[in-house]
Amino acid sequence: MKRDLTCVACPLGCPITVEYTDTEIISVTGNTCKRGEAYAKTEITNPTRSLTSSVKVCGGVLPVVPVKSDKPVPKDMLFDCMKEINSVCVKAPVKIGQVIIENILGTGANIVATNND
Amino acid sequence: MLNYDLVVVGGGPAGMAAALKARECGIESIIVLERAETLGGILEQCIHTGFGLHYFGEELSGPEYAAKFIAQIEKTDIVVKTDTMVLDISDNNLVTAVNKNDGLLKIQAKAIVLAMGCRERPRGALEIAGTRASGIMTAGTAQKYVNLDGYMPGKKVVILGSGDIGLIMARRMTLEGAEVKVVCELMPYSGGLTRNIVQCLDDFGIPLRLSTTVVETHGKERLEGVTIAKVDENLQPIDSTREYIECDTLMLSVGLIPENELTKNVGIGIDRITSGAVVDEMRQTDHKGIFACGNVLHVHDLVDYVTLEAQLAGKGAADYILGNSDENPCYVNGTTGNGVRYLVPQRVNINNKDDVKIYFRVGRVFKNAKVVLEVDGNVISSKKKVKLAPGEMENVVIPAAVLSSMTADSSIVVRVEE
Ligand SMILES: Cc1cc2nc3c(=O)[nH]c(=O)nc-3n(C[C@H](O)[C@H](O)[C@H](O)COP(=O)(O)OP(=O)(O)OC[C@H]3O[C@@H](n4cnc5c(N)ncnc54)[C@H](O)[C@@H]3O)c2cc1C
Ligand code: SF4
Repeated sequence: MKRDLTCVACPLGCPITVEYTDTEIISVTGNTCKRGEAYAKTEITNPTRSLTSSVKVCGGVLPVVPVKSDKPVPKDMLFDCMKEINSVCVKAPVKIGQVIIENILGTGANIVATNND
Repeated sequence: MLNYDLVVVGGGPAGMAAALKARECGIESIIVLERAETLGGILEQCIHTGFGLHYFGEELSGPEYAAKFIAQIEKTDIVVKTDTMVLDISDNNLVTAVNKNDGLLKIQAKAIVLAMGCRERPRGALEIAGTRASGIMTAGTAQKYVNLDGYMPGKKVVILGSGDIGLIMARRMTLEGAEVKVVCELMPYSGGLTRNIVQCLDDFGIPLRLSTTVVETHGKERLEGVTIAKVDENLQPIDSTREYIECDTLMLSVGLIPENELTKNVGIGIDRITSGAVVDEMRQTDHKGIFACGNVLHVHDLVDYVTLEAQLAGKGAADYILGNSDENPCYVNGTTGNGVRYLVPQRVNINNKDDVKIYFRVGRVFKNAKVVLEVDGNVISSKKKVKLAPGEMENVVIPAAVLSSMTADSSIVVRVEE
């Protein structure tokens, strides 16, 4: 089988072609760097995405603070992760890099703050 | 009146990188003037990741990228004045600004870096029939509501324009539980990065309709729906294709315009296509000692390139202040060949001793084409490209050795070969 993908691992967005069978990846072409190859492989076997959002802050200057998953999470779990994120309210002060939700839904990814509140 | 060697107007990624580079080059007295409450510029509301992969080698969100530069600025004694709006720049580099504490500020500068960024094209710039119902806003305004104020502006969304902000907001609204019904794009191609079409639209099954526009809005107080229609080759709506779509929010992502009111007031030459200043390879405008970088110069899709460009401007300004810049530059203007819309820098001082990178954008989508750089009719480089699109900035490099062989009558042409 053959699939044309756009690498989303960085904004260059290289067009990538993957050839694969049910059990293995035969070839990856079109990528500019290693990350592209890795992306193409996971995209075929187990697509993942980084998730960014914001969480409510209690007692801070700003009402919300931005967060991200420190690792990509399975694509089909994005909405479940959003539910978790939206159920949280962190206490101010929040520092950049602070873990807000550990190992979200067992994905192995932490949700961390990406700004100071 | 205050005196500073370097005044930087705007404290976004461009302004911060220019100030830091000038400091690294030995400039002691630097002041950064920023209109907003904090440094960081537009990055503060861009909470998605995708920044810094080229510059830092890691994928950061907008605020994280900005925070790295803010931390560096804080380690220096570069003076920062936030909540400070620059009102005017005079012919002899006198900067007038205003803020609550100081009132009116007059600052005499030896050199100035313009880094005011850009703003979104508002609804007024479009021809859409209909009432002024609430629920119509630019995608950037919506981004600010959701990401900074923590407030959802609507539940059923139509987005007009496939610029990156619109695409990013399509995903953001969807993740927050809104239904994004469609993204309409007037042109036959998207204005955004391909990666954003994939991960913001395709991932969520949001349709992108090309050659389609919004012709009418409906609803008195609150938006109730829009009418969309396909357009013909002349971009005129085709009546028979009109279609009603129910929605409470219309987001516009129809382009960014560099904020060049200050630039124009000084009388600096503006490029008709980029709407930014005409500059040389150090990003010096045609007004000696005034430099420009970042989105105020031309709209960038990648902040990494903004940083690199701002470092050039910072270095150029430092050289100028220290008296190290070329007193008798010999400029050659670049020419846009087939398929190329604009070049930045527009002109190159051939006395420059370093390689010069010229950034450009194409006017339409090309597949399996070549990007060709010609100097004096000789092909200097010819690079194969699987795809070229107006949404993605490209570049070519004039090697230093080629520059040194050029004369005042030389020509530089960048073109696409199909
Ligand atoms: C929604 C959005 C999404 C983006 N996504 C990505 C992405 O995924 N990856 C990526 O790499 N890049 C992305 N970019 C591009 C990148 O963020 C911009 O190119 C970059 O922020 C531009 O930096 P700048 O400093 O030129 O402008 P800005 O960040 O706009 O900063 C300009 C600053 O100047 C100030 N200013 C303006 N006028 C005055 C005045 N008269 N006096 C004082 N101060 C003034 C403004 O307040 C502002 O803070 C995105 C941009 C946007 C808008
Ligand atoms: S292959 Fe490498 S360079 Fe190309 S988009 Fe992917 S990460 Fe970026």
